[in-house]
Amino acid sequence: MNFWHFLVANRQQVIDLTLEHIALVGLSILFAVSVGIPLGILITRVPQLSKAVLGGANIIQTIPSLALFGFLLPAPWIGERGGRLAVLALTLYALLPLIRNTYAGIRSVDPAVVEAGRAMGLTDRQLLFQVELPLASGVIVAGVRIATVVSVGLATIAAAIGAGGLGEFIFRGLAMVNNQVILAGAVPAAILALSADVGLGALERRLGTLRLKS
Amino acid sequence: MTTSASDGPAITFDSASFRVNGRVLVHDLTLSVNHGETLVLLGRSGSGKTTSLKLINRLLVPSSGEVRVNGKSTTDWDPIRLRRSIGYVIQDGGLFPHFTVARNISLVPQIENWPQEKIGARVRELLTLVGLTPDLGDRYPQQLSGGQRQRVGVARALAADPPILLLDEPFGALDPITRSEMQKEFRDLQRRMKKAVIFVTHDLREALLLADRVALMEDGRLIVNLPVTEFSHSREPLVRAYVEAFSGAEPR
Repeated sequence: MNFWHFLVANRQQVIDLTLEHIALVGLSILFAVSVGIPLGILITRVPQLSKAVLGGANIIQTIPSLALFGFLLPAPWIGERGGRLAVLALTLYALLPLIRNTYAGIRSVDPAVVEAGRAMGLTDRQLLFQVELPLASGVIVAGVRIATVVSVGLATIAAAIGAGGLGEFIFRGLAMVNNQVILAGAVPAAILALSADVGLGALERRLGTLRLKS
Repeated sequence: MTTSASDGPAITFDSASFRVNGRVLVHDLTLSVNHGETLVLLGRSGSGKTTSLKLINRLLVPSSGEVRVNGKSTTDWDPIRLRRSIGYVIQDGGLFPHFTVARNISLVPQIENWPQEKIGARVRELLTLVGLTPDLGDRYPQQLSGGQRQRVGVARALAADPPILLLDEPFGALDPITRSEMQKEFRDLQRRMKKAVIFVTHDLREALLLADRVALMEDGRLIVNLPVTEFSHSREPLVRAYVEAFSGAEPR
């Protein structure tokens, strides 16, 4: 019951750090979506770029997170605040699933349907927004879901560079060798990840049935 | 565009060839189709029928020679305008799975900004025209039978009343009874519509039923191009081979 005691006694701080955590993840996913989805679309239009773009996103993904935070530290403006640094790093990590799923989702649309649309005189833009993106939306949301769940976990490490979030409790608990404090960070983070997973999973299924309505 | 068009042919292939990666898919094709006429392109898989069809609505551009629609080379047309004046029907309809039947049919009128009431009326009219009940408009393509989907495909191609209609083995995936029904209905429809129609098939019987003229293709080349009444009497060996292949199914 010590853990619950700790939570209740520090509820204001738990709430603050949770909100901070949500802000870190939310901002990163927002940036990653606004960069990753257009990039994913771009490489379906200019296939010569697909290797370079997907390869680049893949390489970022292989950099250990602590090292990435370290690399970005000397960057001007970004490096001044832990929060900015954390959002940039989380954005970079979230790019791969978004680019890859957008690309794969659009490529998986039945070529006969796309050709029928083109033959009917849809412009490239109409084809993209009325046919390809709606039919790829389930796969794209699956990418957002993966990126979000991973980001919730990764964001805990951001506390190491002073970005705040639920990682604060985890690092403090580690320093104090106090499991209750670690759990006060880990349990809310796990709950956040699970709810993002369930929520986006439900959206993904809805878009999936839209595609194959029966 | 129907106004100035009525003098010349609707579609003209003028020594049109199409090559890709050194392979010749269509070789020196010269052929024309008049308004109100149905030309059936007959041939085996890989004979260049579908490629020829795609040269008309500029899904492909000829490597040499030209294809003219209403007297104007397809490369001089704005591709979007060209395609919206040509109905295109493919096997299994190629319907958009995320749109209702009504939305599928009305897509071109929608993007051409027809008034809503006119679109609704047109959808009901077309559904009736292709032998479906207007209440099917709210369904999704996956909720229809193969024959119904094909009918919707035809309705969609006719939506903006294009003067030219291209059909690529539209009834190929249907069961024999449905196919036979749809062939007869399509023939009756064409008698009323009087469009320039190019119909691709590998089925001789379908060709003889629907065509005014039959053009037989093999290996990207046009072998013969004859009025339907003369086609079966041609001495051309490939025509004989077709006629024999299809007469083999006589009752024993």
